[in-house]
Amino acid sequence: MKTITADFEYFSAATAGEALDLLAQHKDDDYRIIAGGQSLNTFMKHGLLKPEIIIDIKGASDLDYIKYDDKEGLKIGALTTHRKLEQSPVVAEKYAALVDMEVNVASVETRNWGTVVGDIVNADPAADPAPPLIALDASVVVASKEGTRSVPAEEFAVDLYTSAVEPGELVTEIQIPALPANTGFYFTKYSQLHGDYALASAAVLLTLDAKKEKCVNARIGLGGVGATPIRATAAEDILKGKKITDELLAEAAQAASEATEPISGIEASAEYKKELAGTLVKRVAKEALARAQKA
Amino acid sequence: MKKQLNIVVNGEPRELYVEPKTLLLQVIREHLGLKGTRPACDSSSCAACTVIVDGMAVKSCSILALQVNGKEVTTIEGLAEESQLHPIQKAFVDNWAFQCGYCTSGQIMATKAFLDENPDPTRVQIQEALDGHLCRCTAYNMIIEAVQDAAKRLQARKAEKGAA
Repeated sequence: MKTITADFEYFSAATAGEALDLLAQHKDDDYRIIAGGQSLNTFMKHGLLKPEIIIDIKGASDLDYIKYDDKEGLKIGALTTHRKLEQSPVVAEKYAALVDMEVNVASVETRNWGTVVGDIVNADPAADPAPPLIALDASVVVASKEGTRSVPAEEFAVDLYTSAVEPGELVTEIQIPALPANTGFYFTKYSQLHGDYALASAAVLLTLDAKKEKCVNARIGLGGVGATPIRATAAEDILKGKKITDELLAEAAQAASEATEPISGIEASAEYKKELAGTLVKRVAKEALARAQKA
Repeated sequence: MKKQLNIVVNGEPRELYVEPKTLLLQVIREHLGLKGTRPACDSSSCAACTVIVDGMAVKSCSILALQVNGKEVTTIEGLAEESQLHPIQKAFVDNWAFQCGYCTSGQIMATKAFLDENPDPTRVQIQEALDGHLCRCTAYNMIIEAVQDAAKRLQARKAEKGAA
């Protein structure tokens, strides 16, 4: 049995307030925050991380919520598990593709314990939630004793396994705006095993004009094809203001593919992933378009 | 420094003192001596170590024991009643749902949590529920049949109890 060998001091917080107190106290120490911890524990087992202090927020139940209203959109508290997002009726109704995303995250057991916020803070570029959050124009609320700030989803991961969270800070919530009328949103990942991290993934949000002819807004998020999840702005610009045709989608897919910087791995070469990202953008945008036309 | 851990394991309250780095799987196997929960991949990829915490199937190899403080843990040893195997266990035996059996306890625990939530599942729902469980002996079809059979047995048992 592989175990964690390096010792650490352990503190647990029962509320967000307690967590912020602990973080302020240990701001200059070598600490890590644990929620589900399924990635963190694996890193610690392999000795890749040896924090001196663990601050456990799993018990901060005031951060375990999903709220929605038509004005403010969706709010996902930091302790919301993948499984709760997957089973939320309001998420299924308003952002159906997020449920499709969730059912392909690892396995039921992992989703039962792991949190969505923990997943994005872990900042694995091939993880599932970030590309849809980028396409949905989500923001991440980051709190400290000094106050709160909001980070756009596309700026939240700053490098491989590195998020924008600074010492003393805690992510408390993800906010997703309510979708405007005539909007379609879709996400797909490609992986060799069901539930595995993506070789490449793509999320597309399209808003059409009142006549449902022209695209008035497009947002595209890509995963698994760079050191961080990527927002493909050049591809978005190709679609905006135009009637979406197969030719235009091919052009946007090409631009999205060019925005990627994948690395080769045992499962696929960088070249393959680059191609795959473009193909996914084309397919996902088609589905987003169909959903926008039905919306 | 060791910390106090209070958990209810298979219905019995246990008070333990553990190092914070201790995993739930270590507590179950080493501190409590319950060897039916199996380590395998040690990286939350195979689900052999699955146990039930407060009604949810989770992977005990990737959870700090202190994180389940105050919660109820059920392992494979908690299913049988006296000398009677649990209906899910019987269904796995009768349907030849394993060969070496190493990963079976994890599958049975996942099945227990799943059927508690969804007593009358479709084949596709069973496949999705057990999707994360790797089995090198490749008894996959028989596992699905065992879960279907287990669901029937549990429903029959419930009807019997209701009638009595």
